[in-house]
Amino acid sequence: MSGLLSLVLWIPSAGAAVLLAVPRGQVRTIRLVALVTTIADFLASVWAAGSFDFARAGTLQLTEQVRWIPSLGATYHLAVDGLSLPLVVLTTLLTVLCVIYSWRVDLRPKAYMILFLLLETGMLGVFVALDFFLFYVFWEVSLIPMYFIIGIWGGPRRAYAAIKFFLYTLVGSLAMLLGILIVYFHSSPRTFDMVALFQQKPLAGDLHLAILAFWGFFLGFAIKVPMFPFHTWLPDAHVEAPTAGSVLLAAILLKLGTYGFVRIALPLLPAAFHALAGMVAVLAVIGVVYGALVAMAQTDLKKLVAYSSVNHMGYVMLGVAAAAAAGGRPALQNAAAIALNGATMQMLAHGVITGALFFLVGVIYDYRAHTRGVNDFGGLWERLPVYTGLMMLAMLASLGLPGLMGFVAEFSIFLGAYQIYPALTIVALTGVVITVAFFLWTIYRIFWGPLNSRWAGLPDLDGREAWTLAPLAVLMIAVGLYPAPVVGAINAAMLGILNLVR
Amino acid sequence: MTQAAWIIPLLPLAAFALITAAGPRLPGRGAYVSIAGIVLAGIGGLVVLGEVIGGAHADVTYTWAVLGAKPITVGFVVDPLSAIMLAMVGVVASLITIYSVGYMAGDPHYPRFFAYLSLFQFSMLFLVLADNFLFIYAGWELVGLCSYLLIGFWFERPAAARAALKAFITTRVGDFSMMIGILIIFLYTGSLRFDEAFRSIQGGALAGPLLTAAAVLVFGGAIGKSAQVPLHVWLPDAMEGPTPVSALIHAATMVAAGVYLVARTYPLFLLSPNHAALTIVAYIGGITALVAATMGVVEDDIKRVLAYSTISQLGYMMLGLGVLGYTAGMFHLITHAFFKALLFLGAGSVIHGVATNNIKQMGGLAQVMPWTAWTFIAATLALTGIPPFAGFFSKDQVLAAAFAHDRVLWALGAAGAFLTSLYMGRLIWYTFAGTYRGGDPGAARAHGAGHAPGPHESPAVMVVPLAILAVFAVFLGWAGAESLGNPFGRFIHFAGVEPVPPNFGLLVVSIAIAVAGWAAAAAIYVWRIVPSESLRRAMPWAYTLLVRRYFVDDLYAWVFIGLGGLVVRLAGLFDRYVVDGLVNLVGWLARQVGLGLRYIQTGREETYLLLVFLGVVVIVVARLVW
Repeated sequence: MSGLLSLVLWIPSAGAAVLLAVPRGQVRTIRLVALVTTIADFLASVWAAGSFDFARAGTLQLTEQVRWIPSLGATYHLAVDGLSLPLVVLTTLLTVLCVIYSWRVDLRPKAYMILFLLLETGMLGVFVALDFFLFYVFWEVSLIPMYFIIGIWGGPRRAYAAIKFFLYTLVGSLAMLLGILIVYFHSSPRTFDMVALFQQKPLAGDLHLAILAFWGFFLGFAIKVPMFPFHTWLPDAHVEAPTAGSVLLAAILLKLGTYGFVRIALPLLPAAFHALAGMVAVLAVIGVVYGALVAMAQTDLKKLVAYSSVNHMGYVMLGVAAAAAAGGRPALQNAAAIALNGATMQMLAHGVITGALFFLVGVIYDYRAHTRGVNDFGGLWERLPVYTGLMMLAMLASLGLPGLMGFVAEFSIFLGAYQIYPALTIVALTGVVITVAFFLWTIYRIFWGPLNSRWAGLPDLDGREAWTLAPLAVLMIAVGLYPAPVVGAINAAMLGILNLVR
Repeated sequence: MTQAAWIIPLLPLAAFALITAAGPRLPGRGAYVSIAGIVLAGIGGLVVLGEVIGGAHADVTYTWAVLGAKPITVGFVVDPLSAIMLAMVGVVASLITIYSVGYMAGDPHYPRFFAYLSLFQFSMLFLVLADNFLFIYAGWELVGLCSYLLIGFWFERPAAARAALKAFITTRVGDFSMMIGILIIFLYTGSLRFDEAFRSIQGGALAGPLLTAAAVLVFGGAIGKSAQVPLHVWLPDAMEGPTPVSALIHAATMVAAGVYLVARTYPLFLLSPNHAALTIVAYIGGITALVAATMGVVEDDIKRVLAYSTISQLGYMMLGLGVLGYTAGMFHLITHAFFKALLFLGAGSVIHGVATNNIKQMGGLAQVMPWTAWTFIAATLALTGIPPFAGFFSKDQVLAAAFAHDRVLWALGAAGAFLTSLYMGRLIWYTFAGTYRGGDPGAARAHGAGHAPGPHESPAVMVVPLAILAVFAVFLGWAGAESLGNPFGRFIHFAGVEPVPPNFGLLVVSIAIAVAGWAAAAAIYVWRIVPSESLRRAMPWAYTLLVRRYFVDDLYAWVFIGLGGLVVRLAGLFDRYVVDGLVNLVGWLARQVGLGLRYIQTGREETYLLLVFLGVVVIVVARLVW
């Protein structure tokens, strides 16, 4: 019983409460409080990582379990393993960067910062909660601040995008709630505790019911990921959301879906997932190829990055589906572990890389060109060398260049998934070629060629923007060159989860 | 040194990091740092080569990551094959980097150029040392990245930017195939390390047509990187990059990586049933050798002629490997690296002197730039296989192996050899003989300021590397000479694949073919017995076919940009109107249902009463009817 995870979880909310007391006019104080809070939370998460025993990364650690609603069997149960801990640290890091980036947001800064802090608690809660009741609460809590962030600070069509985002994901949440309830009412003793339910597997005896419950979870998670064909809320939400909102949306909120598949769907409903793994894999591969094709068709840079997320999350789901399909086939367990490792690695890589890409889009759009049209630029390299270098780094990382973070993830996914779904993996590999083509074509249109005289006066990155991006750039390169420590922690956790799949 | 060979690639990497961080503030604006990195690496490479000749060997492995229950081990191997490549890359790259100091002088992005060169050198040396598919693929992609960055070095020129894009994407198509090959091999052997994977293939873990497929898929990567037919289209366009880059990357080293890959994974090809995979390698190589040479005959851009020549020569290397001439293919790789680097650097020196790439605007340059001219001619003699220059020995070994294996392949190679002499003779006469035809004052501004008007010899920093490379181009061939006991063959050979015995008659035929090509060039361009204009008039279709490069570029443009673009646009529309349209339709339906139900939920008692009454009526009627 350490309380460390509670500290990580509630620091942002405490900061939000403090902000409530700060008068609206004291903008500088508001920003400082937000910054101090997020940095404190980041340090707390690093402290948690320091207390985490990486040698046993496969078991849940830093556990806190307190009776909460005994009549329902709901407890306040927090813990992390090698799957959730990296995601927690990624969340706290990116929130700090979002606050730094948002320093210049002048519209209602107090409400803005409070919402970001509440959002942080919501996202962290999903990753650390090990009780379905608690999990569901945080799942919904993370939805509402984002709705307001898009709806108030968004672009011209913010109302449409916010409502679409909210309703679409809410439908998914309700489906998931039904799934949770099916599992709950078949458990004995009745409990919402995930660890207990993973051991119990209440639906193990009834495949039809398990498949019904799986559909509930599937809709909830697949809409969040988003998987094809549930992805169309994503480009709208991204295009309209303010930059920091887009960053958290892409980097963290999408991961809630894939995290749910790995953390919950695999160990809780292995037979049902196994039965439907083919369908999930096919949708994942469609997402890979189709996402890349549609990304290529975009002329709005933000939309292009949004569709590249559909493409990249498809790789994650291919890895997860492969692992699910390998369930019950001992010969394939190692392939499953490799694919699942890749999938989790890709969650982190996509968080870092796409987070950086959305910041970079914001840098050019928010305070410089006020346009995101890929064809409106040209030759910016001459004028903005640092910006160009970072953008090219992020795009090359995104298209899976060896030596950068994305490659480790994609290579592992392909290595594992090929042993289980050879044909689908080859189709997914064509997505890599298309991804290369559209990112390079984008670089060509924006940065290469003669300088468009319209942008002759643009300034390069300023200090604050550089500080926002530097940690992400360092992560992309460092993890790309030396992935062993991160992969080690993830691998232990994946083996733990696959043990539960049986 | 052999055990610590992994340090060699790190030297240029350190140079790259230093130049990126401190750039213009470094001595020589980064150039000296870059030179120090590669020269030290080159010395290291030569030392390693010496030690390996003395019998040293190293294979250093460590665990990359533990995935599942199984560690994936990777590492570096130092054997004769990687040692000779290390030494070759180190020496050639050192000379080219030194030459670049002169060639790139005055460029606004001077430090950036040397940073890229260093990054490239790191990637290439890393690739060469890899003992596993993961590292070779990583190095493979990184050299591709550097090639992309350097082709597009003058990124503000649209042609350069387009060429860079084309090169990266085309080679990526090959890499896609290579990745599938790697996945198949990993699936059946459970290892990414060459020795382990080949051992278990030998043990039967992967056999039959699937092994052939895996080998051919891996070869697909080499087709892309080594610009073999049908993925050759990127290399001529890559000449948009600065000339030292063309010399280093697009002639001497990176493009040869494809050949190296085949040599490195040779067991894969050799074990394929009936040598099917090797036959494919040989035919792709033979066809490429001939087809690329034909296109070289009608090209007017000096660098592009050399680019076609490179494609063609890479074809010979593949041909050599494909016909069991393991030693011959590798020997041609090494000799070619030196004389082709020399040809490109010489071309760069010419371009530096006359500020145009068009050989028809040159002429008479032998008088004004003697060093450039004579070294260039030495390299040309090597390329065209005139004894006793380097290329004669290596190309003859390739042709001899082809002759012993399959006469059709020999014929392809021999026809290519004739054309090689023809297009190189044409190039030499247009460039160095006759009188100067240039003098367009506008052209001089194209590549930097501060040059004396009119053609002039290049500075010593450029000429000295030419002279050193010329020594190799003239004498290196003796390393493979049978009369000296073929020391190269004793060093680089593949157990179980014995070189064919020398065939004196064939040797004479080879020389005759090479001389015939020169004679044909002289007949057309010097003596003008059949002037090129009349040839062009006599065969307009042939000329069009060659100038349009067999319409392959047009075909790809039509398929990938035209058709592909259409697919992309359709996907965009489908997503917007069908997928998202359905989502919005659901929303709209929900809203309409709500609006419709509003009329029932009016809040007036009389409406509700009416509904209750109607309900009763329905129930009563229903009861009476049934």
